[in-house]
Amino acid sequence: MTAADSLARSIPAAGPVPVFTREEERSAYREMLLIRRFEEKAGQLYGMGFIGGFCHLYIGQEAVVVGLQMAAIPGDQVITTYRDHGHMLACGMSASGVMAELTGRRGGLSKGKGGSMHMFSKEKHFYGGHGIVGASVPLGAGLAFANKYRGNNNLCWCYFGDGAANQGQVYETFNMAELWKLPIVFVIENNRYAMGTSIERASSTTNLSARGSSFDIPGEQVDGMDVRAVKAAGDRVAKWAREGNGPFILEMLTYRYRGHSMSDPAKYRSKEEVQAMREQHDPIEQVKARMINANIATEEELKVMDKEVREIVNRAAEFAQNDPEPDSSELTTDILL
Amino acid sequence: MPTHILMPALSPTMEEGKLAKWFIREGDTVTSGSVIAEIETDKATMEVEAVDEGLIHQILVLAGTENVKVNTPIAVLLKDGEGAAAVTHPQPAPTRKAGAALVSSPAQPVGTFEVAAVALPPVAAADMQLPAGTEMVQTTMREALRDAMAEEMRRDGDVFLMGEEVGQYQGAYKISQGLLDEFGPKRVIDTPITEQGFAGIGVGAAMSGLKPIVEFMTWNFAMQAIDQIINSAAKTLYMSGGQMGSPIVFRGPNGAAARVGAQHSQCFSAWYAHCPGLKVVAPANPADAKGLMKSAIRDPNPVLVLENELLYGIAGLVPKIDDWLVPIGKAKVVREGRHVTLVSFSRALLYALEAAERLAEDGIEAEVIDLRSLRPLDIETVLASVRKTNRIVTVEEAWPVCSVGSEICAQVAIHAFDYLDAPPAKVTGVDVPMPYAANLEKLALPNAGHVVAAAKAVLYA
Repeated sequence: MTAADSLARSIPAAGPVPVFTREEERSAYREMLLIRRFEEKAGQLYGMGFIGGFCHLYIGQEAVVVGLQMAAIPGDQVITTYRDHGHMLACGMSASGVMAELTGRRGGLSKGKGGSMHMFSKEKHFYGGHGIVGASVPLGAGLAFANKYRGNNNLCWCYFGDGAANQGQVYETFNMAELWKLPIVFVIENNRYAMGTSIERASSTTNLSARGSSFDIPGEQVDGMDVRAVKAAGDRVAKWAREGNGPFILEMLTYRYRGHSMSDPAKYRSKEEVQAMREQHDPIEQVKARMINANIATEEELKVMDKEVREIVNRAAEFAQNDPEPDSSELTTDILL
Repeated sequence: MPTHILMPALSPTMEEGKLAKWFIREGDTVTSGSVIAEIETDKATMEVEAVDEGLIHQILVLAGTENVKVNTPIAVLLKDGEGAAAVTHPQPAPTRKAGAALVSSPAQPVGTFEVAAVALPPVAAADMQLPAGTEMVQTTMREALRDAMAEEMRRDGDVFLMGEEVGQYQGAYKISQGLLDEFGPKRVIDTPITEQGFAGIGVGAAMSGLKPIVEFMTWNFAMQAIDQIINSAAKTLYMSGGQMGSPIVFRGPNGAAARVGAQHSQCFSAWYAHCPGLKVVAPANPADAKGLMKSAIRDPNPVLVLENELLYGIAGLVPKIDDWLVPIGKAKVVREGRHVTLVSFSRALLYALEAAERLAEDGIEAEVIDLRSLRPLDIETVLASVRKTNRIVTVEEAWPVCSVGSEICAQVAIHAFDYLDAPPAKVTGVDVPMPYAANLEKLALPNAGHVVAAAKAVLYA
């Protein structure tokens, strides 16, 4: 069997974008809006000096994690790199806990000891939040390994970026994940820039969904700005992985509106490029327009939803600014069990 | 002149082996490349090929003979035109250790490590109270490590072993021998040669609560994976505010091997002992190896077991009880003395013990401490000894700069300065990449003579 033949085995076919139910539209809208407003607030607090260090915002990419979480089942693990705030909110971790971690307070999800890039929740099966580009990919395969070892029906949603997709350990992991048929979905969030280097300048091949072909891992490019397309792809590949067929690569074509981190002026791309994305492909505006056109929600109802989300974010911000810093005794705890 | 076919060295550390099988008989003709015999070492079974063409005149060592020293003549080959009359009774070839180069002066053995002559510390002073009449079983380090893993795998279904050649091959150094047969491929997992990848997979599995044992074929190769060991395994508990740890064991041979050159011969003790979030152990005898390995597997933190290839074949007494555990973080006084403290770990401990024997001949009573654990470091045991002897020499194979010995000397200077009658002394490897040439390699490593000299120096003797 040639590699091409084997790739042609029953790969879930990308169908037309399915229609969301009324509840799905409303839920996706609200989840994405929460991430958007949260990240805007985080940007604001960063500017005010409440958040230090690196802070990587997810604005523009919300449909990716929200759509895939709609395809997840309880117990599925999520792991990602350092642009992780959206993933945590989508996993159901508390906005106050995330925000207080960003400000380095004791009520933060890691007691203020992790920071923006390093947060975890055993309860919500969120395994970080990792600051080393590429390192979370084998970790994700380890989580998938544990699912297979235990014989459960869960899979690992392993997110990384177009930059990480060039790391060597990603390919070591592809090899073992396919060799051992691990239940894992590799989600490459291709936002087109690895920090300041565009994908064309960093990658010899720019179709990242094909990066698994030499390992026999099927892949698919997905419109990562359309939450319906994301969810549909997630449903297909989750079935594939849960049925024991091994890993699958979803390349999510997406875009971040902000710089790589708060300190990035993003001079490597034009204002027009960003503007065009926002105006023509914004994941939240797409849902909003559909809901209004199909009478799923009125402008008035959306305003109420918007207000509720803002209140959650404002409460989180307030908590994160007023919660005390960790007790100094925390310096030397949690090093060994 | 007839040619003697000699017992070959099949690995850098082989000194003897079993001549398992002959594939030829006297009177057979062999050509270069013919498989003539099968030889078993403690690490592997390998076939031996003829190097020269000719007639097998005589087989000197029968199939099934054990402990055949390297370079012993095992058969006599007559080359074309040679008659049997030319055969003389073979004299044993001058024995040289595996891989050692020939040198002009045969009186100077090269590449040897004087290990066998040193008695291992008695196990009676061990930490656990052994029930009266506990049977002590002569066990090699290799078997002790294997037994520890097997016992813990029987005890806990979440424990599994992964690494290169751990399964079907039975371990590159045969540490995992028999485990695949007993536990099956689900729990004894052969990996591709991708250290960073499988170390990360191990850490990920540990984060979800499984208890992996990740074997590195040697710690040299773990350099490929050091990011996963430090950034992922060691730091996650702290970064998660205590929510998520990594109950994982990384293990494999560390330190100088024999004649394998710079990239395969290095001690990583200080590298890992430096890092919070890790525990690091380095046993020097089979009883400690078994007890520390079992403790490591049960420990909820990432534990690194720095083994030593040159100790794998060494035997010692191991108590035959169900739960032989040696506590991590506890050093052991393996020889008592009142004049000078020698602190060491892993294979270098044998130099310290040999030095203590020699010093005793001069009336100097050295106290020898086996650190066993490098993190946490049992500095209290060291300080207690220094307060008694007032002099200290650290002994290790690693490079001298920022070494474990450096740390011990610093701690002693900080905490026991007033007790010292001489500056602390360090015996270490030389500050160079490990050379290949036998004479240079020997010069690069410490030996008992260095320890004796250092002890006498701090005693102003």
